[in-house]
Amino acid sequence: MSAVEDVRAARGALIRSDARHPLWLAGAAAAVAWLGAAALTALWPDADDLGRTDLLATIMATIGAALLVSFAADRVRPLPPILRHLGPWLVALALAFAGWELITAKLDLLPRPFFAAPQSMLEVFTDDWPRLGESVLRSLWLLLPAYLLGAGAGFLVGIAIGWSRGIGYWVHPALRLIGPVPAVAWIPIAFFVFPSSHSASTFLIALATFFPVAVLTWSGVAAVGTAYYDVARTMGAKPWFLISRVAVPAAMPSVFVGLFMGLGASFSVLVVAEMLGVKAGLGWYMQWAQGWAAYANMYSALLVMAVMCSTLITLLFRVRDRLLSWQKGLVRW
Amino acid sequence: MVGPVVGTGSPSLEAPAAQGVEIVDVSHAFTLEGRPLPVLDRVHLSVGPGEFVALLGPSGCGKSTLLRLVAGLDLPDEGRIVAEGRPIDGPDPSRVLMFQDPTLYPWRTVAANVGLGLEARGQLKQLRHRVDEALQLVGLENFASAYPHQISGGMAQRAALARALVNDPAILILDEPLGKLDSLTRLQMQDELVRIWQDRGFTALLVTHDVEEALLMAGRVIVFSDRPARIRADLPVALPYPRHRDDPELVRLRREVLGLLGLAT
Repeated sequence: MSAVEDVRAARGALIRSDARHPLWLAGAAAAVAWLGAAALTALWPDADDLGRTDLLATIMATIGAALLVSFAADRVRPLPPILRHLGPWLVALALAFAGWELITAKLDLLPRPFFAAPQSMLEVFTDDWPRLGESVLRSLWLLLPAYLLGAGAGFLVGIAIGWSRGIGYWVHPALRLIGPVPAVAWIPIAFFVFPSSHSASTFLIALATFFPVAVLTWSGVAAVGTAYYDVARTMGAKPWFLISRVAVPAAMPSVFVGLFMGLGASFSVLVVAEMLGVKAGLGWYMQWAQGWAAYANMYSALLVMAVMCSTLITLLFRVRDRLLSWQKGLVRW
Repeated sequence: MVGPVVGTGSPSLEAPAAQGVEIVDVSHAFTLEGRPLPVLDRVHLSVGPGEFVALLGPSGCGKSTLLRLVAGLDLPDEGRIVAEGRPIDGPDPSRVLMFQDPTLYPWRTVAANVGLGLEARGQLKQLRHRVDEALQLVGLENFASAYPHQISGGMAQRAALARALVNDPAILILDEPLGKLDSLTRLQMQDELVRIWQDRGFTALLVTHDVEEALLMAGRVIVFSDRPARIRADLPVALPYPRHRDDPELVRLRREVLGLLGLAT
């Protein structure tokens, strides 16, 4: 085969592979759906006087246009696989937004004020973002130190009772009796005993985190096989080495399960504490919005809260994936 | 109190010379459901420095218990075990135990597993080169950064061997280290263990169920009775290495050992 033929064959293969690269049909459908939703929002008059309808339509149209451009660009250079992967979701979201817009803003089928139109929630973000943003920061400021405190204490106590029979003798019964009590049950006492609602809430969140972390750290340490210790002992390891280099790393998978459960528990205590006593944060914002029948604000705060909690869980899983990369078959979040 | 004094060479910190082991009238029992279960019955055995001794016996007869006592992981109920002129009263890095399972730490790379003993004694910084040497010795230099779940069972057992050798043990205690390997890997590892033993000159104590393995590797084979273990026979295997499994003397010894174990053909 000559060199020319070689080149020709290679080019033919290239073209064929290009031809095999399928059209991004989901992308095209998503572009049409978003542009359609934009048209519906902009052209069909609202049933009532609502703000930000034009902005909502503009955003929808922008998404649709961007998808159209991506669809075209995909013919020239293939898109990153993740975007292709998201195609069906993009279609579904456009349809969901269009349907939501239709039954709230356009047809007014759902009782107000309990159901908010998409543009009303958009309005909350454009007009009330300083207060929402501050609420997020206040929530995090309360949650994170308390969570770290509870997780740290739970970790230390878990190791202590997993390692030492003597400590276990005294701590274990107390942990068994008090641990299962929901942390929110301490609210009446906590708000009475602690000098401020912030410190009381810190205590409650730390307590809620403490229990699962302590129990799972303990069970992780207790489950370490004696062979692991024997290996290190025959090589001259001292007790501190056995704890820090054998028991703790071996228990880490279990510890992370505890940290995950503790994070979930800390969220619920955070929101309850903010609704009941703390005059700041997302929980308080929701309570306050509901008091004014500002349901759009409430839903917006709920959405922000979902994003916040999900982000924190994602971060925790990232840390775990990094620390436990030696494990096979980790659950991906 | 000491039998024949062994390991007369001046002990250096870096690489202790091979030590002998004196097992003097050792009896030991476990407690099972509140009753004592004797596993060793007045075992008396003298192993010279640099010897390779295989312990053979029926399953569950107490051989592994004897190894744990020599390693210092448990203390004998009666009698004493003396190494380097001192009774064994606890684990010591000069006597390293290798188990049937590799028991590598899954969260450490192969190299970090091999360096375990040095790290535990705070010597990893100065003696890191020993980790590389040990990995080379067992042929795992290209897997230093692999995690245990990424390597095969045979490689994991090699890594466990390297983890033992890195401590430069005077006595290497092998508790059926090849028991779970496939037969090909097993034959290969038998040769390698003998080669490393000849090269390093440590004292080796090997528990195995495999008569042929014992005869191929050891200079002396001790045959134990059923539980509680008593020494039935002490057979020297005066054959040069490398040995061949079809060697008539080895075949004769095998028949003799099988007879002692009640499996005469």
